[in-house]
Amino acid sequence: MNDWVDHCDLLIVGAGPAGLSAAQAAAEAGVAAVVLDDNPRPGGQVWRHGPGFAPPRPARPLLSTLARPPLRYLPGTRIVDAPEPGVLLVEDEQRGWLLRYRQLILCCGARELLLPFPGWTLPGVTGVGALQALVKGGMPLRGERVVVAGSGPLLLASAATARQAGATVVGMFEQAPLSQVRRFALNLWRWPGKAAQAAALARRGYRPGAWVVEALGTDALQAVRVQTNGRVRTLVCDRLACAFGLVANTELASMLGCQLSAGTVAVGAGQRTSVEGVYAAGECTGVGGNELARVEGRIAGLTATGRHAEAAALAGRHRRWQAFARQLQASFELNPAIAQLARPDTLLCRCEDVSVAEVAGHTGWAQAKLHTRCGMGACQGRVCGTAARALFGWGPGNPRAPLVPARVATLGVYGTGGTGDD
Amino acid sequence: MIIYLDQHAVEVPGGITVAAALAYAGSSASRRSCTGQHRAPFCGMGVCQECRMQIDGQRRLACQTLCRPGMQVERSG
Repeated sequence: MNDWVDHCDLLIVGAGPAGLSAAQAAAEAGVAAVVLDDNPRPGGQVWRHGPGFAPPRPARPLLSTLARPPLRYLPGTRIVDAPEPGVLLVEDEQRGWLLRYRQLILCCGARELLLPFPGWTLPGVTGVGALQALVKGGMPLRGERVVVAGSGPLLLASAATARQAGATVVGMFEQAPLSQVRRFALNLWRWPGKAAQAAALARRGYRPGAWVVEALGTDALQAVRVQTNGRVRTLVCDRLACAFGLVANTELASMLGCQLSAGTVAVGAGQRTSVEGVYAAGECTGVGGNELARVEGRIAGLTATGRHAEAAALAGRHRRWQAFARQLQASFELNPAIAQLARPDTLLCRCEDVSVAEVAGHTGWAQAKLHTRCGMGACQGRVCGTAARALFGWGPGNPRAPLVPARVATLGVYGTGGTGDD
Repeated sequence: MIIYLDQHAVEVPGGITVAAALAYAGSSASRRSCTGQHRAPFCGMGVCQECRMQIDGQRRLACQTLCRPGMQVERSG
């Protein structure tokens, strides 16, 4: 053991609902687990908290698990590479090092599906969960006019956070048609705690079957053009929060060789992936909300610590929330019109400033990358590659190291003899 | 607390992210793109890299960095 190498029995990637639930299960078994997360505060996206925004009640006991030894919590830590089985190269603000593990639970969560439309690169335009995250991080919104658009129940949560921060929500536009939203709302009574969501869906100002076709402004957002019932009108606003649901973060799992299925990490009994000793739980295995993530995280934690009977006892609860996830996906299916919003000159790749027209003529993602540099910038195609899948049906490429921008000194760890026998 | 954005002192509340602090400086822009467009924090959760800035001499994401007194933040690009 030296400064460049650290060991643990169980490594949990992600400190959201799934990761924290897995960590709690590990703590009960007295296993020395490490929980690693790239955010400065735990909770993931759904339990994000900050000044003026306390963590929600169900999150509190799980968050307090992180302070209980032998568990170790590494905030602000990113995974750069997976050089060989059982080893990850990681870095924090100060240094890079190799982290060896015997078992691994991936709770990498999901990101937003951000799709191009004219004006989407203007300052003032963000994702939907993004606006919520920025506000919980302390971004002031008092007195601002906010439009929330895109798809999924997150629109309501984001609008509520914006109002709480003193903004006026001047419009909420859901691309799914009223009939689908209504069917979703009518079914919500079947899941505990979801009835309030049904009431919010009936709120005035929430408009299904509508979407933003363009964001207007020169150096920053000034207004949006919204299409409702085939009619387009302009709405003055200071901010637009727009995203079309969530997509699983599968890059690390893919790099580790885990099988994917329909854009999510494939798991079997006990949340096992196709790779021995690697489990996955929560939204990286399929988007379904924090309740499903918590059950899956707990099942993974119990299985990894050998408590198979306890894990099996959760099967009923697991199935119930999986049914909710299916309902969610069916209700907020993407209207093909959304994939047509970008104009030829709209940028697809925000890192390398590559337009939709430059990319559209190619036969696949790999060819488009080689010829245009799209997806080769700092985000490594996490935004434009995901958008290209929705726009052109192209499959994602295999992720390569470094998984995220890293310091040269971190890559220098390979020269310290950290890999192989140490 | 005071942080410095492009060498200008900005008073910000404690506990907030650098991405949030940009709004206190009057412009939420974090960088210029390779063709010169203004960009601002976009995904809010460490994915899109639009908020990459020079923070105390290192390239870091403003949305995943908490402000510290005296922090030096520079817009990039």
